[in-house]
Amino acid sequence: MIHQALFFIFAAICVAGALNLLLQKHPISSALSLIVVMGSLALLYLLLGAQFVAAIQIIVYAGAIMVLFVFVIMLLNAGIEEHTEGSRIAVYFGVPAVAALVGMVLYVLLKTSHIEYQVQLGGFVKPTRDVAMLLFREYLLPFEVTSVLILIAIMGAVVLARREP
Amino acid sequence: MENLITLAFLVVKILVITHVLLGAVAYTVWLERKLIGRMQNRWGPTRVGPFGLLQPIADGIKFIVKEDLLPPGVNKPLFLLAPLLAVALGLTSLAVIPFGESITIAGHTEALQISGFMRADGSIFDANVGLLIILGVTSIGVYGIALAGWSSNSKYSLLGSLRASAQMISYELALGLSLVGVIIMSGSLSLRQIVDAQGGNILHWNFIGGWQFVAFFVYLIAAFAETNRIPFDLPEAETELVAGYHTEYSAMKFAMFFMAEYANMFTAACVATLLFLGGWHSPFEGISWIPAVPLPPIVGALVPVFWFALKIFFFIFFYIWVRGTLPRFRYDQLMAFGWKVLLPLAIANIIVTSALVAMNLAPIGPK
Repeated sequence: MIHQALFFIFAAICVAGALNLLLQKHPISSALSLIVVMGSLALLYLLLGAQFVAAIQIIVYAGAIMVLFVFVIMLLNAGIEEHTEGSRIAVYFGVPAVAALVGMVLYVLLKTSHIEYQVQLGGFVKPTRDVAMLLFREYLLPFEVTSVLILIAIMGAVVLARREP
Repeated sequence: MENLITLAFLVVKILVITHVLLGAVAYTVWLERKLIGRMQNRWGPTRVGPFGLLQPIADGIKFIVKEDLLPPGVNKPLFLLAPLLAVALGLTSLAVIPFGESITIAGHTEALQISGFMRADGSIFDANVGLLIILGVTSIGVYGIALAGWSSNSKYSLLGSLRASAQMISYELALGLSLVGVIIMSGSLSLRQIVDAQGGNILHWNFIGGWQFVAFFVYLIAAFAETNRIPFDLPEAETELVAGYHTEYSAMKFAMFFMAEYANMFTAACVATLLFLGGWHSPFEGISWIPAVPLPPIVGALVPVFWFALKIFFFIFFYIWVRGTLPRFRYDQLMAFGWKVLLPLAIANIIVTSALVAMNLAPIGPK
């Protein structure tokens, strides 16, 4: 019962943060809304019993990536942005596409009433060992490929940032 | 009914621990002024009460009754949010820190940890990623400082908070990596299990028995940088930046940054104690030729808390001692030291520890 209540509270905060991110005019306010989204996502992971993923979500996203965002916004002293009127493509294609996507997700969710596939909320904890076993045994190749991808991105950034002698 | 009693004990636990910490923060300021005073051959506070012992209370009253300025041009919501965020995050880490085993009061056994609960068989369980929770809370603690500097709309504040963000991101890497060796040795991220793995006398602690002395010094230095203490206090370097990120703050809002800094010092000291110095274990535990003194149960439960507090006091004293001894780093020295010395040392420590464990030279878990 309390888990369901917590789920709805943090899901609402998450959605509200995401909307605020789009509606705010100042980059700092948008960045802070994104931190709220990250934080409430971490709490949703916690409700699903994934303590490790929740903690990593906070450390990596809220604690490292968003700090860099805020740092860059502060360093460049970015000002208030103007909102445009919105493009015609967004109205004619974007809205129907979103509606179709939401309809599809709802259809799949309502069709899958089988208890086996439903997510359980709260009341259990998965040990960190399980995450490690999956990450370093079953999904080792995707994990390593992702790290190489990130390494390439870092090297690209270094090459781009280096001034010509 | 049983749930209500548990809840009541939880509330009491939170209130007691938070107030003990805040009291300790106030008296650490007194201790710091006193010790720095003696190191510089002067007396420090002497006028308010015997040995100036009532000085923290006088300071508290002063902070409360001072005029609360709101400079023009500040971003008001963020300007108010920043000190709240700093102090709240400073106190949050307390929730997962264990201070001892358990204590029995009036037939009710309670774990000496806010987020620790008793199982039916008398063992205690706590958050199984307690260490990561502390790291997470410390890593978002930088927002308090960053937002304070930015929302003040003043160049000194902004420079201070830019320095703070860059410094904390850089040293967090070395700090986090220096703890990996301990995690390998204990095989757990739960703070209680990490302490249990070091059960026994001083030779069993991770600092010596776990071969983590390099990691310990890397952690200690990185913790100085994380808490913005001298020699890493560039975010508030008064000779260059007036007072850094809290230049525009006055009265209680300034006091909140002060409290946050000291609460962070205590958190860093608690983590060092739990991970490297055996937590609440006595240095003489399990030595056969020392006679066991029979103690009443309630005193017996508080003896570990005494050892824990003593180790914390050692670190706090060390922080103050270093402040009275070392000059401040230059900014480029600070960055070079973090990235070129501490980070490689921490990584080397992980490799050596893993090699020792892989070759079965250092046993994992309880020694």
